[in-house]
Amino acid sequence: MRNQEQAVFSVPEVMVDTPMHFCPGCHHGTIHRLVGECLSELGLVDSTICVGSVGCSVFIYNYLRLDAVEAPHGRAAAVATGVKRARPENFVFTYQGDGDLAAIGLSEIVYAANRGEKVSVVFVNNTVYGMTGGQMAPTTMVGQKTTTCAGGRSQERDGAPLKMAEMLASLEGTSFSARVAVDSIAHLKKAKKALKKAFEVQIQGLGLGFVEFLSACPTNWHMNPLEANARISGELSAYFPLGVYKDPGQAVEASGGETCIRM
Amino acid sequence: MRTDRILVKGNEAIAMGAMDAGCECYFAYPITPQSDIPEYLSTALVQAGGEFIQAESEIAAANMLLGAAACGKRAMTSSSSPGISLKQEAISYMAGSDLPAVIVNISRGGPGLGSIDPSQGDYYQATRGGGHGDYRTLVLAPSTCQEAYDLTVGAFDLAFTYRNPVVILGDAILGQMKEPIRTWRSRGRPEGEAEDWALSGARGRAPRLLKSLYLSEGALAEHHAHLVSKYEQMQAEARGEEVQTQDAELVVVAYGSIARIAKNTIRSLRTEGYRVGLFRPITLYPFPAPALADLASQGKRFVTIEHNTGQMVDDVRLAVRRFADSELLSVYPGRLPNPEDFEHPIRQLMQNEQQTEEA
Repeated sequence: MRNQEQAVFSVPEVMVDTPMHFCPGCHHGTIHRLVGECLSELGLVDSTICVGSVGCSVFIYNYLRLDAVEAPHGRAAAVATGVKRARPENFVFTYQGDGDLAAIGLSEIVYAANRGEKVSVVFVNNTVYGMTGGQMAPTTMVGQKTTTCAGGRSQERDGAPLKMAEMLASLEGTSFSARVAVDSIAHLKKAKKALKKAFEVQIQGLGLGFVEFLSACPTNWHMNPLEANARISGELSAYFPLGVYKDPGQAVEASGGETCIRM
Repeated sequence: MRTDRILVKGNEAIAMGAMDAGCECYFAYPITPQSDIPEYLSTALVQAGGEFIQAESEIAAANMLLGAAACGKRAMTSSSSPGISLKQEAISYMAGSDLPAVIVNISRGGPGLGSIDPSQGDYYQATRGGGHGDYRTLVLAPSTCQEAYDLTVGAFDLAFTYRNPVVILGDAILGQMKEPIRTWRSRGRPEGEAEDWALSGARGRAPRLLKSLYLSEGALAEHHAHLVSKYEQMQAEARGEEVQTQDAELVVVAYGSIARIAKNTIRSLRTEGYRVGLFRPITLYPFPAPALADLASQGKRFVTIEHNTGQMVDDVRLAVRRFADSELLSVYPGRLPNPEDFEHPIRQLMQNEQQTEEA
């Protein structure tokens, strides 16, 4: 006789069973879980050093049972460089938001990628400074209203939103770069695949692995979670196309001369 | 054990001291007058199997240092004044996260771009923490190339003893002058150093967290209590050199290169019969206040000589306040003092005192 019950879904052991501080509908929790799943499935949990950043993601060390160090705002890629050079045998990843990585930390991530540091970077792009209360971020969409651009972001005044996955893919030292989303089950599966790849290129010593997550911030977008998800699949995905921008295994020429594998 | 004397620049002496202390990681960015240090270590450290990165900025270099420090490695960065300003963010985080690291400042003139000439303008910055928040770093002030080597070796031990950043504060005189030194290989990295707290992956043990964020009510206050008790323990490391202070009526207080120049002044004034001595703080934090207070209690008078507009004089006045005060003899950065420059002002100070006593 077959077992009556079979576990088909469980929390990875690396996750701490505790309420998260994230707002309802925020995608950080889902992305944390994907990180936990990939670390567990690749057998990396007890060799990992996590480099935290400043922003809503600062408490990642409360949710994942990992050795961790807290980096100053924007400096996670430099701290991770120091960690990895000091302990090349360890798995090292940073987890950073868009203000942290694409504004104040742009220099650090670009140079870490260009040096081909063997680290993985989880980049959570929710187009807004979440922790500080919804100010304009480097990824804020043109026209998007925030507390520091009440009339909407103006391209003339503030420039266009930065496309980090594409920018970093252009650097020799970046081994893998992708943009994913977790707004649907299909996207979630692709996101996990990409994240795993970004972890694997580090293990293989190929260079920096980068995954940009389009992530919902219903609180600062003044939307309910479903509307926020729809914004990702609609407006955001149109400007920030999902896909693999650099892959050591395969490279496909997409339209416009851009190397991109649509996901 | 190597006992041969070699002729090196102060900067090279520091680089050699780092090597002999077992430095494993070094991160830097070029800036005059300290670039001999990255030039030396870019070869020597890599040949010895260590990690050298020429970072994209001082900020990145200091944060790489933070990362290596979190892994319990003996790690260092070096720069000069404007670059040290940029490193302050990471130094504050390292102080707040109890991380050991060595930061060398071969200082130059400021404010702003200032000059590439020697200056002691970074005394406040070095001894008051330098970055945001309420913290202290150990500060060592060598005055010879030999001492630059010796104190660099010792700086790594101090950093790990107290799990705290250590600043070596020199200037362009020390960094660029050549002197013979004797190197000695220290015990290097002791077995098991940092193994009880450093990050290495949570294999077979609870995860470790190195951080400076304390949000819950009272948590930061508790952290401050911990830091303060550490700073109290550090007071035992206070060191100073005394030259002919025993019978001195006037004690010159000066540190680093300027103390060396003042030492010549004192020798010369002694031949004229002036009873003048020198007190040279070797540690600027902790400041050797008890030794100065002891001299003050004997009725001696003080003059602080500095290559800035007057910074250490505050600490001298605090140290001697129960018994005495300190005059200030400032040489502004941008001028290089000679021993003779101090002679006349000191003679005047001592003659004025005699006249006061006679009156």
